[in-house]
Amino acid sequence: MNRYALFLLALPLAAGQTTVIRNATVLTVTKGTFQGSILIRDGKIVEAGEKVMAPEGARVIDAGGQYVMPGIIDCHSHIAADSINEGAVAVSSMVGIEDVINPDDIDIYRALAGGVTTANILHGSANPIGGKCQVMKMRWGKDAEGLKFEGAMPGIKFALGENVKRSGSPGNGFGASPGLRYPASRMGVEDVIREALTEARAYQKEWRDYQAKLDRHEQAIAPRRDLKLEPLVEVLEGKRYVHAHCYRADEILMLLKVSDDFGFKIRTLQHVLEGYKVAREIAEHGVGASTFSDWWAYKAEAYDAIPYNAAIMVRKGVLVSLNSDSAELMRHLNTEAAKAMKYGGLNETEALSLVTINPAKQLGIEGRVGSIEPGKDADLAIFDKHPLSNYAKVEKVFIDGELYFDRQKDLEERPAKVARKKALVDQFKAQEKKERKKPESSEDKKGEDPGGVR
Amino acid sequence: MKTGAAIAAGLLALVSLRGAGPETILLRGATVHPVSGPDIPGGSVLMRDGKIAEVGARIAAPKGARVIELKGLHIYPGMIDSATEIGLSEIGAVREMSDISDIGLFKPQLRAATAVNPASEHIPVTRANGITSVVTSPGGGIVAGQSVLMHLSGWTMDDMVIRSPAAMRMEFPRIQMPGGRFGGGEAAPGRGSPYADAKKRYQQQLQELNDFMESARRYRQAKGAAGADFEVDLKLEAMIPVLDGKVPMLIRAEKEKTIKEAIAFADKQGVRMILERGLEAWKVAPELKAHHIPVVLPPTLRLPEAEDDPYDKPFCIPGELSKAGVKFAFASFGPGDEDNPRNLPFLAAAAVGFGLPQEEALKAVTLYAAQIWGVGDELGSIEKGKWADLIVTDGDPLETRTQIKQVFIKGSPVDLDNKHRRLYDKYLAR
Repeated sequence: MNRYALFLLALPLAAGQTTVIRNATVLTVTKGTFQGSILIRDGKIVEAGEKVMAPEGARVIDAGGQYVMPGIIDCHSHIAADSINEGAVAVSSMVGIEDVINPDDIDIYRALAGGVTTANILHGSANPIGGKCQVMKMRWGKDAEGLKFEGAMPGIKFALGENVKRSGSPGNGFGASPGLRYPASRMGVEDVIREALTEARAYQKEWRDYQAKLDRHEQAIAPRRDLKLEPLVEVLEGKRYVHAHCYRADEILMLLKVSDDFGFKIRTLQHVLEGYKVAREIAEHGVGASTFSDWWAYKAEAYDAIPYNAAIMVRKGVLVSLNSDSAELMRHLNTEAAKAMKYGGLNETEALSLVTINPAKQLGIEGRVGSIEPGKDADLAIFDKHPLSNYAKVEKVFIDGELYFDRQKDLEERPAKVARKKALVDQFKAQEKKERKKPESSEDKKGEDPGGVR
Repeated sequence: MKTGAAIAAGLLALVSLRGAGPETILLRGATVHPVSGPDIPGGSVLMRDGKIAEVGARIAAPKGARVIELKGLHIYPGMIDSATEIGLSEIGAVREMSDISDIGLFKPQLRAATAVNPASEHIPVTRANGITSVVTSPGGGIVAGQSVLMHLSGWTMDDMVIRSPAAMRMEFPRIQMPGGRFGGGEAAPGRGSPYADAKKRYQQQLQELNDFMESARRYRQAKGAAGADFEVDLKLEAMIPVLDGKVPMLIRAEKEKTIKEAIAFADKQGVRMILERGLEAWKVAPELKAHHIPVVLPPTLRLPEAEDDPYDKPFCIPGELSKAGVKFAFASFGPGDEDNPRNLPFLAAAAVGFGLPQEEALKAVTLYAAQIWGVGDELGSIEKGKWADLIVTDGDPLETRTQIKQVFIKGSPVDLDNKHRRLYDKYLAR
């Protein structure tokens, strides 16, 4: 119901329309903070500054006393995915989130209501090499294709450590894994990754040889397409980003060495809770780090996690973002960013960067989103108070210049939704009562299961 | 950060932790937020023998007292987290490091206070954000055991304990369907429907619970009538303070139906009830108010229960309960796996944007919590005679950006160093 209501609401603001947000405190993240306006046309930010003329016919949104920041970007989420883990194999690069997007997942709307406009949806962490990722915008109401961030670099999940090993340990099933599955140690995790990349290299060579023969106008038979190795060849060729789940410093260094040996770059280390211990090496490799603000001690490999992780890595020159990995945490990444001020003393802009421009850079979409600058997508979140305050709440969210979340509308529509639900339930109950009166209906009843009849 | 640690270390160096108890300390020149009354700008707090000796605008420093000038800073009562596993669980996923639950359905004789590890790394990490006391509870089964209310500082439980038992913890029986995130919820071969099975189990548990309460009551009666050779039953013995109304029952119930059944149970058994979790407490607010049943809330920062609940429902519930006149305290332990007691103040703050007055949010992590645990005259506000559990901040403690500058527990300065700060200092210098 939300979706249709909001779709109608978005109509007057459809692309092509000019919108001005004015009287706001604008937190551009990359170009300072000022009191002023933002001019939006054709889904893009045209101008942002202290004085912006409102063109005739423009829709004006007065944000007096309010704060506008770039739409929040979550570099690690699993919302809107019908399934997460293909755990039966240690290398599941043949599967991808792009095929299992559920555009009806209410968590999309909830994330939107927390100011999130873009998220990297990842495969789970059951495999050393997992499935392909999908970057998407929270365009609630659009279909699965409409959610996808067009033009974003494709990605793939790698994972190290406990989650991966667990499938090799008896009595500790994870995901769909039946019984034991190699690897069961961090040694084995490295081996599985090296084996798969070695295979990918051979596969890459097969195709290169084939192409070379064609170029020489020789007869050649095309190699059999391998859907598992194809994404890994893309990794080797720098055409697909690796987002690698990791915790401990040793396994982080292991993966950096593996990537050195195979001549590609890890795009981001995910979670990377001990990243602070090897921040220098991570920075030297030019690898991004996407971490939690302050989770710790929920498992052995998280026991040395510290809330200063983000700040230390920032200070050592790592490109850092804060992610959620949770449909709930995703709703308040702005205050998660504030924790990097509390723990480690980042300034406001550095803190906001952790959930805006930095994750945009990590996903290679910083030309489109992540800050308030002319030419970028008009993906904006308006808060009633400073977004780094725990008392702030989201009032409006724009994506591509369209209003996708409006708190006032949401509040206004609630009574109608409650009434509609009640009407549907009453209708259902009445029907059930009617059916129960029919003598032949007893044949249709299967079991006593109250929820199992329909 | 380093300065904060240095101040704390300096304070420690000045204070003898051993020997003749805590020294007399006068905190001066701060804005004092007693919570129980109006703020005192430029106020002072005198701490003596672990207690608050005086609070006011002007207090003369007694002879021998150490004076700490706190100009520009704020003094608040230390915060109280009403649901944690601190000390019972060190690393969630490591079974060997967990003492939360034991075998069996009825275990009222088990005491959390016995198994709390005073050297847990969670203690200094949690108090560094201004949480000075917590309730730690056992779990599992129906009657899980005895909760402890304790200060987050001390060499042993004897130093830490405020109340043990603070409550008898209970999980009210409910219809539990198999399934969950990785489960299928399908019927086992050759058996009835999973719902029918679950309902049968629930009815059986209800019966067992009522039988258990009846046994306890008869035991108490028999004990009263018997002589010195009366054979003690440790389980039933542990229930006597509950039946006598001296120890409340902390009853976990989530859904409306279960909460209503728990209220009826407490009513029938004549036990004092504190509702824990109460995801749907807002649906039962008038009953809770009428029965004077306080609520230990689930974390405010959680997802709505139902897909079609308003997106902000969990943020709004504290405000709704407050309006309905239900007393509650915030707590960090909840249905998710992300409990992080140091974030308690942010759970309170999250309700403020959605209808709960800030002062009420602050009380629900201080004074109201103390009142719920029966120690309203000992803890939870800055008042003469109460434990000197105080925090010194550079602003509103419910805001993440605020720094906790100093913490006093039982009148002594607490070292704000912890595992996280040590690792920070070590690796920042790498």
